[in-house]
Amino acid sequence: MLKVENLQVYYDAIHAIKGVSLDVSQGEIVTLIGANGAGKTTILRTISGLEKAREGKIEYLGKDITSLQAHDVVKIGISQVPEGRRVFTNMSVTENLELGAYLSKDRKAKADSLKRVFEHFPRLYERRTQIAGTLSGGEQQMLAMGRALMSKPKLMMLDEPSMGLAPILVRQIFSIIKEIHKEGTTILLIEQNANMALSIAHRGYVLETGKIVMQGSVQELLASEEIKNAYLGGEAAHS
Amino acid sequence: MTITQQILQQLINGISLGSVYALMALGYTMVYGIIKLINFAHGEVFMIGAFVGFFSITKLDMGFFPAMFTAMIFCAILGVLMERLAYKPLRNAHRVAALMTAVGLSMLFQNLALAHSWIGASAKGFPQVFPLRKFELMENVTISSDRILMLVIAIFLMIALQFIVHKTLMGKAMRAVSLDKDAARLMGINVDKTISFTFALGSSLAAAAGVLFALNYGIVVYQMGLLPGLKAFVAAVLGGIGIIPGAMVGGLLLGVTESAVSAAGGSMFRDAVAFAALIIMLLVKPTGLFGKNVREKV
Ligand SMILES: Nc1ncnc2c1ncn2[C@@H]1O[C@H](COP(=O)(O)OP(=O)(O)OP(=O)(O)O)[C@@H](O)[C@H]1O
Ligand SMILES: [Mg+2]
Repeated sequence: MLKVENLQVYYDAIHAIKGVSLDVSQGEIVTLIGANGAGKTTILRTISGLEKAREGKIEYLGKDITSLQAHDVVKIGISQVPEGRRVFTNMSVTENLELGAYLSKDRKAKADSLKRVFEHFPRLYERRTQIAGTLSGGEQQMLAMGRALMSKPKLMMLDEPSMGLAPILVRQIFSIIKEIHKEGTTILLIEQNANMALSIAHRGYVLETGKIVMQGSVQELLASEEIKNAYLGGEAAHS
Repeated sequence: MTITQQILQQLINGISLGSVYALMALGYTMVYGIIKLINFAHGEVFMIGAFVGFFSITKLDMGFFPAMFTAMIFCAILGVLMERLAYKPLRNAHRVAALMTAVGLSMLFQNLALAHSWIGASAKGFPQVFPLRKFELMENVTISSDRILMLVIAIFLMIALQFIVHKTLMGKAMRAVSLDKDAARLMGINVDKTISFTFALGSSLAAAAGVLFALNYGIVVYQMGLLPGLKAFVAAVLGGIGIIPGAMVGGLLLGVTESAVSAAGGSMFRDAVAFAALIIMLLVKPTGLFGKNVREKV
C-alpha cells in the first residue's frame, strides 16, 4: 500500500534521513521505533508532504506521491496524528473534528464520521463543546486521533501517541488503535515505547540516526538481543 | 451645551470615526494573525478603494452601493495579487524583508496614484450622493445621515466577518492556519489559498472603509490612506494584534479618544493621541487589551 524507497531528507545541512526504505501492506499495523532524534517524525512528515525529500520515492497504492502537497496527501486517504497532538487549542472539540473532515463535501458522510469518532471516544462526546486547549493530555490525544479519523483515511499514521500519558491511558489509546485497525484502517505507528508498539504491531522497523538498522516480524524483533537491550530492557523490567 | 450633551455628541462622533478605523484594523489583524506580517500597504488599499468608489460614481455613473461593492471586489483582487507577487516569495525570508517590502509597496501605491492622470496631487471632492440630513437625537446632540450610513455599514460588515470567521468552513480554515499551519495542512487545508482569502477579506474591508471615509469627509486624495492606515494599525495593536474582536474594540476606542481630545480643545493633538495611546499600551500591556500574555513560540 505504502512503499518508501531510499528516502533522503535534509534540514539545510543536516542529513536527517539517510536512505530509508520501508513498506506497509494493506491491513497491517507496522511500527517504526527508534530513540530520540532518530528521524521518525521526519519520515512521517515527509510522507505527509510537510517536508521535501531530497532523494528517493514514496509510492502509495501504486502512485508516486513523493512531491504531492500536504493537503493533497490527505485527499488520497493518508492521515496523520502528529507528534505533540497539535489540536487547535482555541476551538471546540466539535470544531476540531469538523476540520478533520475539511475536504469532505458530503454532509451525511461527515455526520457519519462524527458519530463513528464519538463511538470510539465517548469522552470526546461528553466534551464536545469544550475548548480543546482546556482538555487533558489524554483527551487531546483522543481528539487528535478522532480528528485524523474524520477524513476516513485508508492509512493512518500516528506519531508517538503514548507520549506523556499515564500507563492506563496508553493502554486505552492502544486498544482504540486496535479497534480502528479492525475496522479496516491500515496503521503506521511511531513509538519510543517499543513494548507497547510491538504488542499490537505485525511488523516493525528500527531506526537509528536516519537509517533502518533492523526490520522484521514482531516475533523476530522481540527475539533479538540488540532490541531487547536497546529498546525493551529497561521498560520490560518495569512492566 | 451641557457637559452631558458634549460627551454624548463626542461619543457619537468618535464611534462613527472609530468604526472606520475598526474596519481597517481588521485587515491588519487578520493578515498579522495568519502570516505575522504588518501589511503597511493596507492604508493604500484603503486609498485605492476610495478612488475606485469615486471613479465608479463619477465616471461610470454607478450608485453608491454598487460603487462601494466594486471597490471591495477590486481591492480584494489587489490584495490577493499583492500577497502572491510581493509577500509569498518572502514567506521564508527574514521578517524584516517582508516588512520593508510592505513599506515599499505603500510608497509605490502612493506614487502610482500621484502619477496617474486621473488622480494626481490635488484632492478631489467626493460627490454628496445622498442628500445630507442632520438628526437631532436630543437637544444639541446630532448625527448626520452619512455618519449613520457609515456606522450601519461598518457594523454590518463586522457582523458579516464574524459570521464568516466562525461559521463557515473557510473561516475555520483561516483560524486553523493562523494557529498552526502544519496541523492545518494535515487536515487537507490549502494554506496558500487560505492566506489569499484572508488578504481578499481584509482588503475588501479596507476598500469599504475608504469609500465610507471619503463620503463622510467629502474628499479623495492620494495620501488619504496614510494617517488612517497608521491609526488603524495602532487600533489593531491596542486591541491585541491578531485578535479580531480586539481590532473592533481598538478601533472604536481610538475613535472615541480622538473625538474626546479634539472636543476638549486639543484638536492640535488629535493625531498625536493615537500614537501616545500606542506607546502607553506597549509599555503597560504589549499584547493589547484582548491579548493573552503568552510567550512567543520559538
Ligand atoms: N526543523 C528542523 N530543523 C533542523 N533539524 C531538525 C528539524 N527537525 C528535526 N531535525 C533534526 O533531524 C533529526 C531527526 O529528528 P526527528 O524529529 O525526525 O526525530 P524523532 O525520531 O522523531 O525524535 P523524537 O523521538 O525526539 O520525536 C534530529 O537530529 C533533529 O535534530
Ligand atoms: Mg519525533
